[in-house]
Amino acid sequence: MIELPTLGWQSIVIFVVFAVSLLIATYCTYAERVIAAFLQDRVGPDRAGPLGLLQPLADAVKLFTKEEFFPAGANRALFIMGPCLAMITALMSSAVIPFGNVIQFGNNVFNLQGIEVNIGMLWIFGIVSLGVYGVMIGGWASNNKFSLLGAIRAGSQNISYELAMGMSLIAVLMISGTLSLRDITLQQSVAGEWHFWNIVKQPLGFIIFLVCAFAETNRTPFDLPECETELVGGYHTEYSSMKMGLYLFSEYVNVFVASAVMSVLYFGGFNFPFQYELRDWFVNSQGWALTSAQNLISVVGLLGLFGKIFAFIFFFMWIRWTLPRFRYDQLMRLGWTILIPLAIFNILLTGGLILGGIIK
Amino acid sequence: MQSLSNRAKKLEVKPMTLAERAYLPAIFQGLSITMRHFFRAATKKQITIRYPEEQRPFSPIFRGLHVLKRDEAGRERCTACGLCAVACPAEAITMVAGERKKGEEGLYREEKYAVSYEINMLRCIFCGLCEEACPKAAVYLQADKMAPPRFERDEFIYGKDRLVEPTAPDARSARGIQLTPEQAAALAQRMAQSA
Repeated sequence: MIELPTLGWQSIVIFVVFAVSLLIATYCTYAERVIAAFLQDRVGPDRAGPLGLLQPLADAVKLFTKEEFFPAGANRALFIMGPCLAMITALMSSAVIPFGNVIQFGNNVFNLQGIEVNIGMLWIFGIVSLGVYGVMIGGWASNNKFSLLGAIRAGSQNISYELAMGMSLIAVLMISGTLSLRDITLQQSVAGEWHFWNIVKQPLGFIIFLVCAFAETNRTPFDLPECETELVGGYHTEYSSMKMGLYLFSEYVNVFVASAVMSVLYFGGFNFPFQYELRDWFVNSQGWALTSAQNLISVVGLLGLFGKIFAFIFFFMWIRWTLPRFRYDQLMRLGWTILIPLAIFNILLTGGLILGGIIK
Repeated sequence: MQSLSNRAKKLEVKPMTLAERAYLPAIFQGLSITMRHFFRAATKKQITIRYPEEQRPFSPIFRGLHVLKRDEAGRERCTACGLCAVACPAEAITMVAGERKKGEEGLYREEKYAVSYEINMLRCIFCGLCEEACPKAAVYLQADKMAPPRFERDEFIYGKDRLVEPTAPDARSARGIQLTPEQAAALAQRMAQSA
């Protein structure tokens, strides 16, 4: 039985997470262009508003007012469903991410999290796998060779990299013994041991997860599904107007979610160095109540998590404008013959280290 | 085959080392290169010239928009001899000659003058042959002005109203591309140096 205040709080959090995901995705388009420009010694968008900060708004107006095009022979229902599905799945996965520790008002304790489920990791994994259906349905419904090829590529690429991704996650599970993202985060916050983030225990697993995250979000160097040089625009060749915008948006939401998941799983989530020392200092030296000190720590941790997320988003973009795209056979070889064996080796290594009592 | 220049490099296909096959060192190298560029672009002045606000200075020998000069007394120098039209490889120049009436001595320097003088800026290739052909030092291609873009084709046919040098020196840059005061000063300095 869920009590009403909790339910109300959850709806507020979910709404805020929804709005923040969209806002971040919006400004990712701007950040991507500015970062790309800076990496290439250019200026980037600076016309719309101060420093070009209104550029996403201008883009949105452009996308909304463009002609809505339906290719001849396309399946209309599925054609509309594709981008919707891509967007829905992208937004759903951020519901279980623990953005912060608890906040306490009087006797009510609230999680800074949409919904706390004990299978958070499976939830994200499942939703992300569903995301490929948006791409596949869109590509298939377009009645276009290039779209279909892009969709097929997206399907096989996601399946290949999900295997390695899942196996790199298994090693994390072996350490944590839980699927709840909140519990995994809290395990990384042993008092006085901030350096006990999972990245220390799982460096190889993190690299595998990172590479797979790039492939799952269809970002360069693995953006084969929308490979312009070979497939015109890939799965969204026939899309125009805001349906195209939804596909682009869902990619950025996916990047945001992938960054959040990596921060939570490997970089301590909302934990930050010396948080308990800071809390104790506020309680002992400043005479704060324990709850208000804890609330402060939670808010700082929330900001810290967003700092980590933005760092990852920057890394995604940095990689995108550094590395060229893989060839398709190289992509498959990397996935099947390198990442999956490495992930299996990582599981064995982790098991051995746990048995040997070196990590726990 | 023997190399003719002795500069040919012999290439060998070596098997890749482990570091090369691992691909990660190369990625880090690439990332460091792009990051260097990122900081350079973010901190130093960028080389981009933001066109409407900033403009690249013209070269002192730039051949831009034509002008029909006046002499020291403010009289039009052109005598409508037609040599510029003959010299023009693009056949952009047309003119109609007329005889100077009594009382117009203050307006035209020679007894014959151009009643109309038109240059089609869409035909013109700005080669400057008209300037070289002119015996009266009347037509010049200005170093500091371009024919600006227009919406209609007939707006590119410049008549005497837009070609003849205005009497007031301030009105000279009223049309066409204008230089900022700094650019004008820089241009004057460079022209003085090259002279």
